[in-house]
Amino acid sequence: MTAPSSPTRRRLPLLLRAVAYLALAVVGLTMLTPFAWMLSTSLKAPSYAIEFPPRWIPSEPATVDIAGQTCRVATLADDPDVRVALLRYSPRGVRVQVISPASRAGEQALLSETSLLPLRQVKFHWENYRDAWRAQGVKVTDALLGLLPRADGFLVFYLNSILVSICVTLGTVFTSSLAAFAFARLRFPGRDSLFVGYLATLMVPSIVIMLPVYALLSQLRMTNTYSALIFPVMFSAYGTFLLRQFFLTIPRELEDAAVIDGASPFAVYRYIILPLSKPALATLTTFAFLHCWNDFLWPLMVVDRLALKTLPIGLAHFQDSYTTDYHLLMAASVIVMVPVLLVFLLGQRYFVRGIALSGLKG
Amino acid sequence: MSQTFTAPSPPPRSPKAARAWRQALPFLLPNLLGFLAFTFLPILACFGLSLTDYDLAPIASLRDLREQINFVGLTNFLRLLGWHREAGHLVANDAEFWRYLGNTLFLMLGIPLSILGSLLLALLLNQRLRGITLFRTIYFLPTVSSAVAVVIVWKWILHQQPNEIGLLNSLLLEFGVHHPPDWLGSMAWAKPAFIIMTLWATVGGYNCVLYLAGLQGIPEELYEAAALDGAGPWTRLRHITWPLLSPTTFFVVTMSIIAGFQGSFLFTAAFLMTAGGPAGATTTLMLYIYNYALSWHQLGYATAIACVLFLLVFGFTLINWRFGQRLVHYE
Repeated sequence: MTAPSSPTRRRLPLLLRAVAYLALAVVGLTMLTPFAWMLSTSLKAPSYAIEFPPRWIPSEPATVDIAGQTCRVATLADDPDVRVALLRYSPRGVRVQVISPASRAGEQALLSETSLLPLRQVKFHWENYRDAWRAQGVKVTDALLGLLPRADGFLVFYLNSILVSICVTLGTVFTSSLAAFAFARLRFPGRDSLFVGYLATLMVPSIVIMLPVYALLSQLRMTNTYSALIFPVMFSAYGTFLLRQFFLTIPRELEDAAVIDGASPFAVYRYIILPLSKPALATLTTFAFLHCWNDFLWPLMVVDRLALKTLPIGLAHFQDSYTTDYHLLMAASVIVMVPVLLVFLLGQRYFVRGIALSGLKG
Repeated sequence: MSQTFTAPSPPPRSPKAARAWRQALPFLLPNLLGFLAFTFLPILACFGLSLTDYDLAPIASLRDLREQINFVGLTNFLRLLGWHREAGHLVANDAEFWRYLGNTLFLMLGIPLSILGSLLLALLLNQRLRGITLFRTIYFLPTVSSAVAVVIVWKWILHQQPNEIGLLNSLLLEFGVHHPPDWLGSMAWAKPAFIIMTLWATVGGYNCVLYLAGLQGIPEELYEAAALDGAGPWTRLRHITWPLLSPTTFFVVTMSIIAGFQGSFLFTAAFLMTAGGPAGATTTLMLYIYNYALSWHQLGYATAIACVLFLLVFGFTLINWRFGQRLVHYE
């Protein structure tokens, strides 16, 4: 790959610009292909989900109803304007009936198969989404703490994911911003070593932390509860670190006047720091939400009741039962992915800034 | 990073310190309690449990506790890391562990490729071109997508059955590759398939954004001065961009190693696509730990493997800090 090697902000010469676009486009296409394939397969009829060579636009043989019988449609090889319905096959050829042009409609003839070109029509099977959503066999009972006595699988997974993600995100932003304020603005003995302790745990593989918590929860018979899904992931060392980095960039002079006027630390936090930190809070909100929404391992460990599954493990369960129904699997994947993409597109600015912020002083 | 933890609330020595703590505590407490309960203590507990034979049996009373959790010293670690003699040969006590450690390290071979790719993409994205934001968004999509959904579609892409050909092999066939590999079904190709998939998932992600931020922090004047001195594009890349990006590279390498050992994406992939197969070819340490804890309920042994994983991450990070730090050029 010939990447333009001068990363200046000046404009590139035309030729290099063309090469750059080409490289960007090739990578972009590679990135999009699996998503496009997912979307494409999700709209195909079951029998046409697996085809070689692959078709990108879902299509299937065109059909027409003739006297209560569903017939395939073809055009004549030597006259593409004539469309015929294939009535029946016989050893001598195919019995066909003209359907267009209108002037010749109804004429019948016996033609050899080679003189016919089968016609395909583009058809999107939107009902795949409904079927995946209803996911026969995944009728869930007593979901949402009994509020939903019987409900469709994906509705339950969705509600669970929304509930858990919102609780975790609110909890993370609330507790992290308080702690970050203490680390960034208050002086107390042991502050810096405590903060280093926080940071050091970011290096610990998550499974090290999960195993004992899982053991404790299963001892307390608290697996398969919302608490198990929410509380252990709500106190983020990363969030504290991120917000502290941001709080440090807020000039102290802004609060000096308030402090001289006798404002309490809480007032400073509430009325000066928080309003000035909206971008950072938005960053953490986006991060925490997406992370929680996509989390797989922790819910997998602590939940095996259908009624409590979140979308990722619900989708994994769905994959177990519909291993070969690619059209449904892809539809379900799209269903799971859409809200994430929306949140990302809305919060993209904050997301990118947050990564940069955590890297600069890391 | 190697500093030891201080006690979270050291006994205040002076009234002033006590006052400072009283002031800070309401802010710290919600997060600190959660941090202690769900991060700090579990880490200690993991090391503690690794010295026991606990098998997740229910414990209802103190007597149960004494019966169910037996201190076994370093038995787990001997079983995990030790060797014994069998018919004149030295054989690992837990040969699977070494194999899965090998798998984990093999799959981490994709990391340098991924970092290099991220750097190249960031260089491209840093150009003044129209529509750059769109490309950046597209490159980032795999990172924000649900790993489960991504893995399911990749399974379908890599699929290969006698009369069902996945997208990748269809394309390969059309480009004239006559016997495309059975990616997920063969011992030889399963790991490369995982590496390709990980590359796709990570190359435009966090590392790329970090590099882009690093690039945008390099002052324009440096390039102008270099250009005046007659430095060509390659020289500028080699002597300005690369050294000035070294703190970013250091950070990116550190985080990638940590993430590589954890391999949460690879865990999801192995769990849903291959169940660690064929014949253990895609089983990583994470999956091995998961199986011991969740499938076989041998929590003591699982925590021992987790501790070893932790020490590995720690060791690699330490090496990276000692030697990588020297290569970093700080302005």
